Amino acid sequence: MVDLAAEAAVANGFPGPAYDEPPIIEVRDLSIAYRGKPALDKVTLDIHRHEIFGIIGPANSGKTSFLRALNRMDAFNTAMEVSGSIRINGKNINDWRNEYALRSRIGVVFPLPVGLPLTVYENVAFSPRLRGIRKKAELDEVVERCLTRAALWDEVKDRLDSLGSLLSGGQQQRLTIARALSQEPELLLLDEFSIAVDPVTTMRIEDVLKELRSELTIVLVTNLVQQARRLADRTAFFLMGELVEIGATEDLFEGEVRDKRTTGYIEGRFG
Amino acid sequence: MFTATPLNRRSYRNQSLAKAVFFLMTVVLVIPVLLIVGTLVVKGAPAISWEFLFTAPTDNMTAGGIFPALVGTIWLVVVALLASVPVGVAAALYLSEYAPDNLLTRTINLAIINLAGVPSIVHALFGFGAFVLFFRMGQSILAASLTLAIMTLPVVIVATRESLQAVPQAFREACWNMGATRWQTIRKVVLPNSISGILTGVILEVSRTAGETAPIMFTGAAMFVPFLPESVFDQTMAMSYHLYNVATQLTDVPEELTFGVALVLIAIVLMMNAVSIGFRVYLRGMKKW
Repeated sequence: MVDLAAEAAVANGFPGPAYDEPPIIEVRDLSIAYRGKPALDKVTLDIHRHEIFGIIGPANSGKTSFLRALNRMDAFNTAMEVSGSIRINGKNINDWRNEYALRSRIGVVFPLPVGLPLTVYENVAFSPRLRGIRKKAELDEVVERCLTRAALWDEVKDRLDSLGSLLSGGQQQRLTIARALSQEPELLLLDEFSIAVDPVTTMRIEDVLKELRSELTIVLVTNLVQQARRLADRTAFFLMGELVEIGATEDLFEGEVRDKRTTGYIEGRFG
Repeated sequence: MFTATPLNRRSYRNQSLAKAVFFLMTVVLVIPVLLIVGTLVVKGAPAISWEFLFTAPTDNMTAGGIFPALVGTIWLVVVALLASVPVGVAAALYLSEYAPDNLLTRTINLAIINLAGVPSIVHALFGFGAFVLFFRMGQSILAASLTLAIMTLPVVIVATRESLQAVPQAFREACWNMGATRWQTIRKVVLPNSISGILTGVILEVSRTAGETAPIMFTGAAMFVPFLPESVFDQTMAMSYHLYNVATQLTDVPEELTFGVALVLIAIVLMMNAVSIGFRVYLRGMKKW
């Protein structure tokens, strides 16, 4: 498959994932349980700057729990117990006394879109305003850029003042993506972002993600193995809370795997 | 095919029976309300006039109007609101948005529910002991209003907490995930979407405050004060206590006057409730998700 966006990125001077630099995320022995019921078991992995890191696996494999731990979302849910360590940019995320500052650098998109009960414009301007951007012109610029990247601008540019929560499901999902981008994050966590989005729009967003790789790091949890194949530089396979396989995406899909369960899942024999 | 079995027929009959019983109970519920309002209107309406509303009682309260009581009730309600709304809303915000779900929080929640169940006469005695005697406020609007405030605090807290919790958790998480603090989330998303519900609770509190008699009779309400209160340290007449007096404590009060007082009191309460219902309808129209 010819990867136009990636080639364009390379042409623009983007050298690809920074595997020779220290990783942006270092996860060590990460275990997660909900009221004692384990969801993720001693996962250790590194994620490098400027890569799209894919996570595949069937339902209940711990993919979403992994993402939630990266953002310290366990603070929202008293039932969620996290052990092990996660370092982002070399700093343990539990050492951030101001967890809000940590989260403001991480964009998150979940499978079910959440349009805030604000206007489309205010949804996207929310995070820039938190950063202290006050000037209307500057905000306008951010809003337009983020909505364009999320492939939503053309549909909403004439009704930026209508409520974000009244958009259709697919539009709300793209609004959520625009909102995550408006944080100008260093890290973008996507959890099955394309479930509520039609295939054509999904492709447009996927192209944007490939471009974004030159600016940030993306962790992509997906149920669609082919989406991981299209996008991810490296892919991890989670099964029942266990990290079964991790490696370069081509290798996984070419069958160069350590565990035959990986091939079984990729080829659709179970899951 | 397509014929009712005996089981179908029995289900249908039971369903009709259930509906009939529930309808009957609803009628039983409505009848006393209609009777009360009807009696008050028929017997009290002849007494209502501008003069009745805007002059003081005369002739040992057997004639004249109710103006000092009307003004007194407004004083009591306003001062009680000033005391209970900030405390109640802040407490509800803490309990709903900040407090971890632990033993302390659960104990506080239980205490609030219990506070709502305390009989008003007990609040009255507490208010007399605490405000009138201990804090040396004397019998005054301040002491009476604070007693009313404590009594209605649970209403404000519960109504506020419920309208806060009606805002979907997903909105909060979406904000937190963008790095918004809890307070920023409350200010920008939670409060704007629950403010109408909170106001509804406050208005219901107003109607309850206006109607209560027991908590004010030892703490600040007077049987007869010929002038209007000038500060919160004055004693005052109040509609509810005035009704109690003209109905039971005084002789020779014309029946028409008693019912007139009751009619005005219930009209205030019903008007407040109507405003509250209006808010709720408005709230439903504003629903943003």
